[in-house]
This record gives sequence, structure tokens and C-alpha cells, in this order.
Amino acid sequence: MGATVPTIESEMQLRTMLASLSGVDAVGVEGRAAKLATRSVKKVSKTTAIDLAISMVDLTTLEGADTPGRVSSLCVKAMRPDPTDASVPATAAVCVYPDLVAHARSALAGSSVAVAAVSTAFPSGRASLRVKLLDVEDAVAAGADEIDMVIDRGAFLAGRIGQVFDEIVAVKRECGGAHLKVILETGELVTYDNIRRASWIAMLAGADFIKTSTGKVPIAATPPTALVMLEAVRDFAETTGHLVGVKVAGGIRTTKDAIRYLVIVNETVGSRWLTPELFRFGASSLLNDLLMQRLKQQRGAYVRADEFSGD
Amino acid sequence: MTEHHLANSHLGFLEYDPAPESASVARLRPSYGLFIGGEFTDPAAHDQFATVNPATGSPLATVAQGSAGDVDRAVASARHAYDTVWSKTSGAERAKYLFRIARIIQERARELAVVETLDNGKPIRESRDIDIPLAAAYFFYYAGWADKLDHAGFGPDPQPIGVAGQIIPWNFPLLMAAWKLAPALAAGNTCVLKPAETTPLSALVLAEILQQAELPAGVVNIVTGDGATGAALVEHPGVDKIAFTGSTEVGRLIQQRVAASPKRLTLELGGKGANIVFEDAPIDEMIEGIIDGIFFNQGHVCCAGSRLLVQESVADEVLRRLVRRVEQLRVGDPLDKNTDVGAINSAAQLAKIEELSAFGEREGATRYSSSCVLPTEGYWFAPTVFANVAQSHRIAREEIFGPVLSMLTFRTPDEAVAKANNTKYGLACGVWSEKGSRTLWVAQRLRAGVIWANTYNRFDPTSPFGGMRESGFGREGGRHGLEAYLNV
Amino acid sequence: MSEPRLDVRKTYKLLINGAFPRSESGRSYEVHTAGGDFLANAAQGSRKDLRDAVSAARAAQAKWWGASAYNRGQVIYRLAEMAESRRDELAEHVSLCEGVSAKLAQASVSRAIDRMVWYAGWTDKIAQVFGGTNPVAGPYFNFSIPVPSGVVAVLADQDSSLEAFVDAVLAPICVGNTVVVVASERRPTPAVLLGEMTATSDFPAGVLNIVTGFTNELAGTLASHEDVDGIDLSGVAVESANELAASAAGSIKRVLRSSGSSPDPSLRRLRAFVETSTVWHTIGQ
Repeated sequence: MGATVPTIESEMQLRTMLASLSGVDAVGVEGRAAKLATRSVKKVSKTTAIDLAISMVDLTTLEGADTPGRVSSLCVKAMRPDPTDASVPATAAVCVYPDLVAHARSALAGSSVAVAAVSTAFPSGRASLRVKLLDVEDAVAAGADEIDMVIDRGAFLAGRIGQVFDEIVAVKRECGGAHLKVILETGELVTYDNIRRASWIAMLAGADFIKTSTGKVPIAATPPTALVMLEAVRDFAETTGHLVGVKVAGGIRTTKDAIRYLVIVNETVGSRWLTPELFRFGASSLLNDLLMQRLKQQRGAYVRADEFSGD
Repeated sequence: MTEHHLANSHLGFLEYDPAPESASVARLRPSYGLFIGGEFTDPAAHDQFATVNPATGSPLATVAQGSAGDVDRAVASARHAYDTVWSKTSGAERAKYLFRIARIIQERARELAVVETLDNGKPIRESRDIDIPLAAAYFFYYAGWADKLDHAGFGPDPQPIGVAGQIIPWNFPLLMAAWKLAPALAAGNTCVLKPAETTPLSALVLAEILQQAELPAGVVNIVTGDGATGAALVEHPGVDKIAFTGSTEVGRLIQQRVAASPKRLTLELGGKGANIVFEDAPIDEMIEGIIDGIFFNQGHVCCAGSRLLVQESVADEVLRRLVRRVEQLRVGDPLDKNTDVGAINSAAQLAKIEELSAFGEREGATRYSSSCVLPTEGYWFAPTVFANVAQSHRIAREEIFGPVLSMLTFRTPDEAVAKANNTKYGLACGVWSEKGSRTLWVAQRLRAGVIWANTYNRFDPTSPFGGMRESGFGREGGRHGLEAYLNV
Repeated sequence: MSEPRLDVRKTYKLLINGAFPRSESGRSYEVHTAGGDFLANAAQGSRKDLRDAVSAARAAQAKWWGASAYNRGQVIYRLAEMAESRRDELAEHVSLCEGVSAKLAQASVSRAIDRMVWYAGWTDKIAQVFGGTNPVAGPYFNFSIPVPSGVVAVLADQDSSLEAFVDAVLAPICVGNTVVVVASERRPTPAVLLGEMTATSDFPAGVLNIVTGFTNELAGTLASHEDVDGIDLSGVAVESANELAASAAGSIKRVLRSSGSSPDPSLRRLRAFVETSTVWHTIGQ
């Protein structure tokens, strides 16, 4: 097969392409995810996995009540998660609303931590394309390194997949040099077949990353969902040579959860994706659990939550 | 044709450290006697033979070689228990014994899983997550039938047969013991169980559990030994019913032996299951299903999907993905929780697998074997796929009973059915397609006792299991599983 | 000389949605032993308590039916384990409420526990006995499966304080329904104890809800409640049964009329609150 991303010129062509994708058997995929959860990651592997997970975190605050103070605090934590231990890696990025990007950028100046901004009328995506693109423009102008957009789920569920595709292409163009994560909002797409198709639409349209969720609806990232997306990413890489990353977000709170996802990555797409360049966790409380587990590995005893800063 | 060894794909720096379960949980004794009349006999009273850990080749313990005299004593004990106790025990009371046994299996689950893995060679993940929980579940299920036999569809007040002689194989030792004992006891029979020669230990732990449950003495008797012990049981005139699970060769002999007797018989024998893949199969789950179908339990499964029949239009893609997936299988220490494929159960079985595989190459099939590094001690075989297999090849017709898959192609549903049925066996098949009507059409036409659609190797105590033609007769599991143990 | 020890007496509460509240009405009524002695102040349940209970039962039903039959059997068996371990307490209350000797009470408790075990073993067999495939004349795979009616209201037998109660509530629960039961008015304490035992038996909240109080005051609410799918009228006075059945007809409820517990368990109670769902699927290439 060719080593380039095919150009999609019409909705009909996109529809044909998607129809050629295999279906997903829900029982089978859930069974596979459950089996992968039995992998036991201990000792040296666990310490490695914890540090890897920390380096993959997009430390996130997406609340109406966010203030510059809140964001500053988050940025300090992202750069130096454990003030007493310089060997703890920094997180990959900080994730905020567009109007706080400038502030985050100055708080993170000189560090390796990127600024990711949610955009396109996050989380619902219910606004005109004009407004959604302006949202991106503002974020990019303020200095965002990464843009997390949402797809139009209404359009997807109504069958207007051409529109979904075109919007991603337009956002990608607006991103300029910023890298684009496309949030599928898997909890609203519901079926694994939909998630597979939406993954392909996003990748064909130029996504750098596909992301599970906004974290703002009841159902967010789940292991079988991640498995389906990683399979899509693997198949896309084989067909086109293009490597797309995956970000799991929402409801990932414990080290055990995080390691479960790393195992799925490991055994689906392989070690090439075990890097913040290609895999991220969108999370907030996860970081402290990772730090606690890291400390427990060192001390050999369970530690208390107050060992680390609350924010 | 050439043998392909694939480059070991890089599992990257998320290596899994060994996560071994501890063997000491097993609490094995150095030697065991027989379990007759509710008590263990003195090991010193018998000839002993060693049972070995196939992952290392080292002995685990010695067990008794049951003599004809021992079998006689066991049958007499079962008969006495039947006449004086068990036939006078109400269904409700029999139920409560079986519920107790199920509960204790759950309580001692970890110990049983370790014993099973040590003695059989299967990965701890499988004994822990499948064998032991299912064994408990079969006891729970049949416990519930003991006081409901009037409603089982065999007419009012069906009666037991009497004394059952039960001979079980080495591939799922505890689970096969549960499949035999639970329905027999629920229906009101008493039993003499003969575990397989290479895997006697979990049955002996089960005997301890029966004591803990205070099952009346003699209701279950366990006599270890080799083929001669089994033969003595089959031929004993005091046995009313024989249940055998094992190879078709031995099943044939047993059927011949009992032909002239009034003994009732059920047989669960070999198979050469066809796993049929249509072009619209859900591709990733199908690959997992093929893998599970043949490499689960090292392929030591009578209902294994050992023949892959794939629609020609997708054959290349399926083979490519399959080979890639095989390379990811972790083969090694069965006690390591991360192991996918364990050891071959015995030197004898390993020799058979090697012989047939070598023949497969000579016949002209293309061999793909995992490049995994095999341990130097014990009995091991790398998971293997043969492509370009023809219907007439030995590896397409004979049961290998190991981690070896033979892949053939077909063009149309009719052809798939014809090829799947073109065997003297008839135990299990798989069908992979997203089109329900076609799956049902194929299922209707397959001559197999069990058909899995979009899955494989699923077992449940409510679901009847058993074969057609030379895969045997009789069903285990479900309401149907009671029939073998009732005088109906 | 040591002083006699004062024991800590129990307040008998309702069981709604896995919790043990008092009646929202704040009312209680006196329960006496068969001999006339004061036994307890039981909660006097109200219409609103029933409304809350039905709501809890409805919320729990989909998940209870969604659990595997094996799992439901395990839960009911665990109730039998709990009851066995607390059999003396149950026997004491059966004896006090029904005015029978300790020996007869113990025998009654034994029968009740054995009946629980009987139901535990039914959950994964109902489909095999009540369902099956149907050989229709055409290329269709046709199968019938028994599914629960939904939420079942039970007016428990007035006299048999434990055995009949177990039969009336476990039969519908075993097939996948959730239950709201009004216990025997004058003999409620064994039922309340059993309710406590469900809390330690892995019973999900809302599967069994127990309201104590005056049956005739409460029956009408349940009979007319449109979100109740079936009603067992065993414990109502004969005079009111017809009227209640007519009221239940308003939402086409399944109505069961019987009394006491059968010495030989029959399938009638299991069949009473089961629906049959039949599926056709084409067979073809």
C-alpha cells in the first residue's frame, strides 16, 4: 500500500473508505481489554512505567472558575511535580482554556512543558464554524503549542461525515505550527464501530493525535475504547506510514489505570508509541497518585496523600 | 517448504518483570495414597509413581498406582455408600453438600490454581481465571438441580443409575473432575474417579475438600493410576455407568469393552475444530479468537479451533496479522502471571506434536513458528501456524493436540461448510462474520456439538458440551448433562 | 453483687434502597408477641415510603436483570448462609410472633433456609425450563426467553412470618424482578431480620425493599401504582382482594392470588412474574 495519506475529495469517497473498515465486536474487544488488564507490571518495570506515565500527563484544569492563580499553581506543579526530587520528570503539557494560554505560557517560560489549549467551543462544539475557528485563532495567537479540538458529534451522528472531516481540515490549517489533537467524545459516539470510523475521519483529515474525551460527559476514556483507537492508529500507520498519537482523557485517576493503558499501547501498537510524542494522559488527580506510587516503590511502604501538594 | 522464524518484535521498554505466583501456596505432600471410603489410604501400601512439573521436568510428588484390588475396594465403597446413604439422601440435602463443595473450591482457589499449574503446565492466569472458577461454577449449577429433577424434562421423579466410573484427561484436571462429579452426585449417583496419570494432584486436593464438606464416606472415591487402573474400572461389574473423556482411540476401546455389558456409557473424545472466518469478520477480535482457539491451554483442548478455514479474499491479510500476533505471545514459566502459553504436558505429547509438525512441513505446508526463546528444561513447543495446508494433509485431518494451527481457504459458505464437515470428528467449530443470517445458516449446517459465533472456547455450566460422530456422544453441562446420570 | 445488665434494644426500621430509614411519616405501631407481650415498635409505613420503595426497586431492576443468572444465584445463596448463621435469632422471633415452641420455630427456620437454597439454584435454570427454541415453518431461528415483569409488589402472608415471606419475595427476585413487600402486620420482625441479612449478602440496593405497617392501609397504594408491574395479594383480607385486583387492572398488572407457602415448592410462583420474549432471526447466506 502507498506510504502517503490518501486525499479525500468528496463525502462519497470518505463514506466508501469508511465502509471498507472492519466492524468491531463489542464482546471481543471488551474481552481483549480485560485480558490485557491481567498483565502484572511490577518492580523495575513499574518504576519505569510510572515515570513514563508522569511524562505523558497533560496536567489539566478546565473549570469555569479557573483563575490566573489556579493556572500558575498548576504550571509550577507540571514543571516540578515533586519539589523534593528532581529526578521526577516534568509533565508533557498543561491543558487550559484559550483565555488562560498567555498566562500559562509565561508561567512555563523556559521549561519543557508545552501549553495545550482546548478549543472549537469546547466541550460541546455547538457553535458556528466561524466561531470555532476564531476560538482556535485566539489560542494560537496567545502562544498555544497544542490545540485540542472537538469534533461535531451532532454532524457525525446525523451522518454528515463530510462536514466533520472538513471542519477538522479547517482547524488544522488554522493551527499553523501548533499540533492538533482531535477529541472524538467517545462517550457520545457510544458504539465501537462509530469510534473506529471517527478515528479514521480524524486521521485522514490531518489529526496529529486522536483523543477520547472532553472529560465533561459521564462516559470518558475506557480501556476498550483506547484499544479500538490504538488499533485504528496502528492500521493507519501501516497503510500510510503516518504516525498519529492517542490521548486518553477523563476518569483516569490511579496509577493502576494508567499502567493498564500503557500495557494496551505496548501490546497493540508497540513500544514506538510509548513516548509523550505519541501517547498522553489528560488528567488532573492522576499525577498525585503516580507520585505516591513512585514514593511507595522507593520507601517500600504506603504513603499518605498529603505528602504532595493538592494543586 | 521452508520454515519461517519471525524476528522477535520489540516489545519495547515496557518489559514485564517476571511476576511469579508462589509455588509454596500449593502445600504439596511428598506422597499420596488413594481416597477410598472417605479416607486417604497409606501411600506405603501402594506402588508409587512420580508426577512431574512439565515446565521443569522435576518431580512434584508421588502418587499411588491403583491396583485391580484397589479399584474393587473403591467400587465396593461407592456401592455401599449408594445403598446405605446416598440413595436415601434427599435432593435438597445432596444440593447442600454440592453447594458446600463449590464454596470451598472458591475459598481454596489460589491453592488449587497453583497446584493445577504445577502439575499440568498451563499458565497460572488460565488456571486462576478459567479452570478454578469454572470448576466451582459447575458445582454451583448442578447443586441447584439436585432438588429439581422433576423439572429437568425427564419425566417425574427420575432416578439415578447407581455407581459411576469416571475417567478424566490431563488437559483440565480439576475442571474435568467437576464436570463428572457434579452432575453425577446431583442426580444421586456415587462415583469412582480415575484422574489422568500425568495430572493427579488437583483431584487429591479435591478429595481433601470433599472431607472438609463432610461428604458422606464413599460417595466419591478417587483412584489414581495409569491406563491399567482405568481399564480395571471400565471392566468392573459393579460399575453401572462409565463416563470417559480422552482420545478417540481409547474411547473406541472402552466402547468395545462395555458393548456386551449393561453399563451405560458417555464419551467425550477428540476433535479437529474448524474456525471459519468470513471476509466480513470483525478483524481484530477475530485474530484474538483464532489465537485463543488454538493456543489457549497450549492447544491441549479437544474442541480447539485447530483448523482455520479463512475466506480466500482475506486470507493474506489474516495470515499477516496472525503471524504478527503469534510473535507477541509470551511463552515461558507457567507460574509467571504474564505468561500466555505454558508447557506441553508430557514428553510423550511433545513427541507427537513434533512428529506431526515435521510431517506438515514435509507435506508441503508453509510453517511459521514464534521466535520465542524456549526454556531448556521441561517440555516446550513454540506456537506455530501452517499456511497453504490442503484438505488432504495429515495436519488438516489428525488431531495434533498442541499449539499448532493449520490454515486452509474456502471461497463460498457452502464450501466452508463442506470442508468443515469433511472429518470423522464433530466436536466444535467457530464462525466469524458480522452477518447474523449467514452465521445461523452455517451453524445449522455444521455437524458439531458446539458452535461458537464471533468467539471461541467459551464454557459455562448451563451450556451443553459434547460431540457428534467420532468426537463421542453424550453432553456435559446444562439440563442435558443430567441425562447421562439418570435412569431415563 | 453485680447489677443486672441492661440490654440494648433494637429499633425495627424499613429497608428501602439498601438503607434502613424510619417511616417518613414518623409513625410507629406496637408489635406484640402471640402471647400479648410487647415485642417492638415497628415503623408504620406510609404511601410515601411505598412511593420511595417502588422508585428504588425500579432503579435497581435493570441492573439486577443485567447481572448474570450465576451472580443472582450466588447472592441468594449468600442470604441462606447469613440466615443459617443467625438462625437462632430468626427462630426466636418466629416463636414469639407465631406462638410456637422453640423446636417448631427452629424447624420452620430450617425449612425457610432450605427454601432459600432452592431458589438460589433456580436462577440459572429458569431459561432452560421456561424457554427454548421454536421450530417455526420457515428459515428463521426462533427462540423464546423468560424475562422478568419488572417491579413486583408483595402483600406478605399475615400468619406465616418467615416461610411464606421467603417464598413470596425470593420467587420474583430469583427470576430477575425487584420487590417491594409489605410484611405481615402483626408478625413483621422475622421479615425485618431477613432484610438486615440482605444487607450483608451482596444484595444490590433496591432489589428487596421491606415496608412494615398496616396492610389494608398500604395495599391500595401498591395496587394502583402504575409503575408496579405485578402484585401478590397473598396477605390481604379476603374481602379486599377483589377490589384490589380490580384496582390493579388499571395498569394491567399481573396479579397473583394465593395464600401461605406450599410445602412442596411448585413453579407457580416462579412463573407468575415472568414474561416470554420471542425473537426471530433469518437464516440465509
